[in-house]
Amino acid sequence: MIRITDPGPQTTVQDLGRIGQLRYGIPPSGPIDTRAFVAANRLVGNTDGAAGLECTLMGPRFTVEAACAVAVTGAATPVTINGEEAPQWTTLPLAPGAAVRVGAARAGVRVYVAFSGGLDVPVVLGSRATYLRGRLGGVAGRALKRDDVLRLQPAPMPPRRRLPASAIPPIETEPEIRVVLGPQADRFTDEGIAAFLAGPYQMLPQSDRMGARLSGPRIAHARGHDIISDGIALGSVQVPGDGQPIVLLVDRQSTGGYTKIATVGSFDIGRIGQVKPGQYVRFRAVDVAEAHRLRGAWQSSVTAMKGDPA
Amino acid sequence: MALSVELGDEISQETNTRVRALEYLIQAKGVSGVVEMVPSFRALLVYYDPAQTDFDALCATLTSLAEQSSDAVLPPARRVELPCCYDPDLGLDLVAAAERLGLATDELVRLHAGAEYLVYFVGFTPGLPYMAGVPERIRLPRLETPRVKVPAGSVGLGGAQFCIYSVESPGGYWLLGRTPVRLYDPEAAEPTLLRPGDRVRMRPVDRAEYDAIAARVAARTWQPVIA
Repeated sequence: MIRITDPGPQTTVQDLGRIGQLRYGIPPSGPIDTRAFVAANRLVGNTDGAAGLECTLMGPRFTVEAACAVAVTGAATPVTINGEEAPQWTTLPLAPGAAVRVGAARAGVRVYVAFSGGLDVPVVLGSRATYLRGRLGGVAGRALKRDDVLRLQPAPMPPRRRLPASAIPPIETEPEIRVVLGPQADRFTDEGIAAFLAGPYQMLPQSDRMGARLSGPRIAHARGHDIISDGIALGSVQVPGDGQPIVLLVDRQSTGGYTKIATVGSFDIGRIGQVKPGQYVRFRAVDVAEAHRLRGAWQSSVTAMKGDPA
Repeated sequence: MALSVELGDEISQETNTRVRALEYLIQAKGVSGVVEMVPSFRALLVYYDPAQTDFDALCATLTSLAEQSSDAVLPPARRVELPCCYDPDLGLDLVAAAERLGLATDELVRLHAGAEYLVYFVGFTPGLPYMAGVPERIRLPRLETPRVKVPAGSVGLGGAQFCIYSVESPGGYWLLGRTPVRLYDPEAAEPTLLRPGDRVRMRPVDRAEYDAIAARVAARTWQPVIA
């Protein structure tokens, strides 16, 4: 059992998400930085989709009742076990009663904490992922609170491993995010598209798991900013009348009526999700074939990711 | 990855029927590589896994299925009856809407409750149905200033569209009444009530019946009539 002594500003239970409910208006949820989430699970001997925690800007403090292992990945953050510093991207065996503190992110936004066995919260519509706006999944559909108690599924203590430095994605200060233009790129002026691709765009503090709100060069519409509402993909870049882009993420609305200039490739969602408010991103257009190639390369690198003995 | 299949550029029952028929055909044929789909007014968003399908082959399959997409391929629609209390305390714009339309409020209610509405799609917030079938006589442009908070269950009119707010959210539709039924209940085994293609009718109830049904809904002992 895990007892939360301080949840951090927004810590939720996530797994790889809820598939098949978008047609009812329920988004998949799941981790924003899938690669970091999967790495944490593998380091504690779990399957990739076992439920763990996603924390925002600051991690939780918790104590464990029984021996288990944890791994902390994602944003760069200090970790201590009973006050002793401990590394990220490494299997951390815990003795009964151990107190773990995951601190404030020095770089990046989303921190992941996996537990050996995975968190045992109820499966709702095929997933344990928390959808905050819909009050669904996770712990009663909400972010963790102080004194929450979470159970783990039974699992053996995993061997100690660490992810080699070469497999740890760097937290970038001004990442170049790859997009495929469309589906409504024709609703913008050439200057508007050029402004979008020139950037840079600053991440705004209102950003959340629903969308990354950005501020930068105004993206001019050629004819109106409203469309007949249609489906919003993961990474859809909506541009409302104010000409400022919003990148829709894992807790997105299923449909919307603003023009979409481009779509961020799923392989870059984790990268944009690690950009801190106040920092900048740039966008680069790729064609569909290149996006498929990048997706394939990303998938292979995630599949190949495994720890070395520590 | 996702691609959007656009079947028209207008809001019409014919176009939306083709969208839903295409979704149905893709599902029925188990087109490989398709992960999930989102129907809307005139487009079908298709999420696919590029590791499981060739993009060009998928596009060719979808184009060919789009040609077969018509009402004829769809299974019979579900018919759903929802109680609705058209009381000015719950339908915050009922009186203003009637005035704007030059109708008595009970005439507006009669026309609204007399129509059958087709669920074009469900989206935006969990379980929110976008419906068509609003009689010409009671169509109104959306509110000039949207409300910041519309209570869940509010029954709203905006142009040719009719919707029922599934959760408390901002909204720009004229609120005629409220249903005690939960269109989204995160604690239910099936959290969303309506599906694309459902045919919905509103049954006028008075405030006493609304309150009685609301109490039974809260106790989970009430279910709407679905045929």
